[in-house]
Amino acid sequence: MSIFTRFLGRLGASLIVLIGVSMLIFFIARIIPGDPARIALGPRATEAQVEQMRETLNLNEPIIVQYSLFVGDLMRGDLGISLYSNRPVMTDLVEYLPATLELVLLAGLMMVMLGLPLGAISARHCGQWPDNLVRVISLLAVSAPAFVWAVGLVLVFAYFTPLFPITGRISDTLDVERLTGFMLIDTLAAGRFDAFASALHHLILPAFALALSGIGQAARLTRSNMIATYEQPAIEMAQAYGFSEARIARRYAFKPSLIPSLTIIGLDFAALLGNAFLVEVIFAWPGLSRYGVGVILQKDLNAIVGTVLIISATFLVTNLIVDFLVSILNPRIRYSESSR
Amino acid sequence: MSDPLTLDIKDLRLSFQNWSGTTEILHGIDLKVAPGERVALVGESGSGKSVTSRIVLGTMQDVRTARVSGQVLFEGTDLSARTSADRRALRGRDISMIFQDPTSALNPVFRIGELFQEVLKRRDLKVTKAEARERAAKILNEVSIDDTDRVLNSYSFQLSGGMNQRVMIAMALINEPRLLLADEPGTALDVTVQAQTLALMRDLVDQQGTSVLFISHNLGVVREFADRIYVIYRGRIVEHGATKALFDAPRHPYTCALLSAIPRLTGGGVPDIEERSPDFDAPFIDHAELR
Repeated sequence: MSIFTRFLGRLGASLIVLIGVSMLIFFIARIIPGDPARIALGPRATEAQVEQMRETLNLNEPIIVQYSLFVGDLMRGDLGISLYSNRPVMTDLVEYLPATLELVLLAGLMMVMLGLPLGAISARHCGQWPDNLVRVISLLAVSAPAFVWAVGLVLVFAYFTPLFPITGRISDTLDVERLTGFMLIDTLAAGRFDAFASALHHLILPAFALALSGIGQAARLTRSNMIATYEQPAIEMAQAYGFSEARIARRYAFKPSLIPSLTIIGLDFAALLGNAFLVEVIFAWPGLSRYGVGVILQKDLNAIVGTVLIISATFLVTNLIVDFLVSILNPRIRYSESSR
Repeated sequence: MSDPLTLDIKDLRLSFQNWSGTTEILHGIDLKVAPGERVALVGESGSGKSVTSRIVLGTMQDVRTARVSGQVLFEGTDLSARTSADRRALRGRDISMIFQDPTSALNPVFRIGELFQEVLKRRDLKVTKAEARERAAKILNEVSIDDTDRVLNSYSFQLSGGMNQRVMIAMALINEPRLLLADEPGTALDVTVQAQTLALMRDLVDQQGTSVLFISHNLGVVREFADRIYVIYRGRIVEHGATKALFDAPRHPYTCALLSAIPRLTGGGVPDIEERSPDFDAPFIDHAELR
């Protein structure tokens, strides 16, 4: 079985999971108490108006029928109308998702680019001052939630020393045409490097606040894995053959230690979508997490289902990518699967 | 003797520093290996035989809590007086090592071919992939591996333990080192495979004229392999002699106890060796002067 067919298998499994999630969230959204039609129309609406709303939302149909109607619409890319914003849910998602993805992707990148090297440095100098420094920092980073870091970072780096902007995705004075919704891509596409710099400038602080606990987690995990790898006979053999310490650290100790770290970063990365909520609130970031919480409080059925589906899909895609990377790194996985 | 000895250890002491002070592990070891000679260092686990090999290899000196004193002369120059980088330069080229468990010592993330290339680079930085494969295939043939292409394209976990051991032997000898340290080679393998691989190893070192320091707890294995034997007990050499002399007339109480612990086909069970016995602290016995 080649890597490609293995990948297809995983893709199929992910689709099945996605279908399961869609059922689950669809039914749960309809079980939680409160009449969505009533909430949407407000307390002053008449009984007849509410009844008409229930008809348009198909709320009077049996739940199985409701689900099949939902799946039919979904196939056409229609997630229904949001009761909250009065726009198609798809339009809302397309508007809010890129902002959050941009934030989360940069945070994920920070976890990889900072967390892994910090862990490696720590392990390489185990017991010495670089190790102790990294351990203190990563423990602090892990032990406080993202929103605490967000508030702290805003206070220190935006309020007391105004190095970074406090809120928003880009400077108010700049106006860039919306193309993909990803500010970094849109500004580059328009050839506006000043706007790109501004967007990046706005992005750094919230992404860092979001990434901090993941960075700490990745550093700690990489450190302990790498120290364990250093204990293994394969490393002693590399030393016995006189390979340089730097080469041993890079090729022989770091690479195998990446495998568990990547798995955790993948999970952390997917969890960022949920954690992003408070960070988005603090930085006034017009993202999906903030939208998601808003629609849940409003019991906006269609929007809840849409948001959860998108988040689950992102989660599954991340897992697929991590799986793929791990199997590239770890020949044991590659070959044990292929010999089946 | 005009030729300098390959290895000449004089009054080697090793201690570890810990919170409560220092603990001495080796209490003055003297050991010699002549060019082309096969010498065994035999003792129980914890006797200090493995740390001795790590000192000769030069890695123990880099452990921060370890204090090494005495002389370790490799071809006349003192290893302990050299820098860490100088010692490293010898490893993989002039001094090489075979490990106890070949399957875990061969890195599972790289193919055997890649590992061979890495090792060959220690001699010749510019060695190409094709050259490396060719030379690896040649030495693999000498340890009776015929399907070299398959082996070179495999990962260690895809090969059997005996196969990995042969790969390990080939890898240790491909750069034609002058001293081979063999730390309990094949102890992780079953007895027949161990015997086969040791025979292959002996043929190859004979052919290359490599000196060997063979470290083992098993006198039975050593008898087949070594010219001379040192018996080590609790950081001290207790008896030394040519293999035949030592097996014919062991004189030190500890050596006698070790010899009686070799299982025999005739049965009768194996006696326990006491953890500590005042008899074992008897003075050093030397059967003959070196050569």
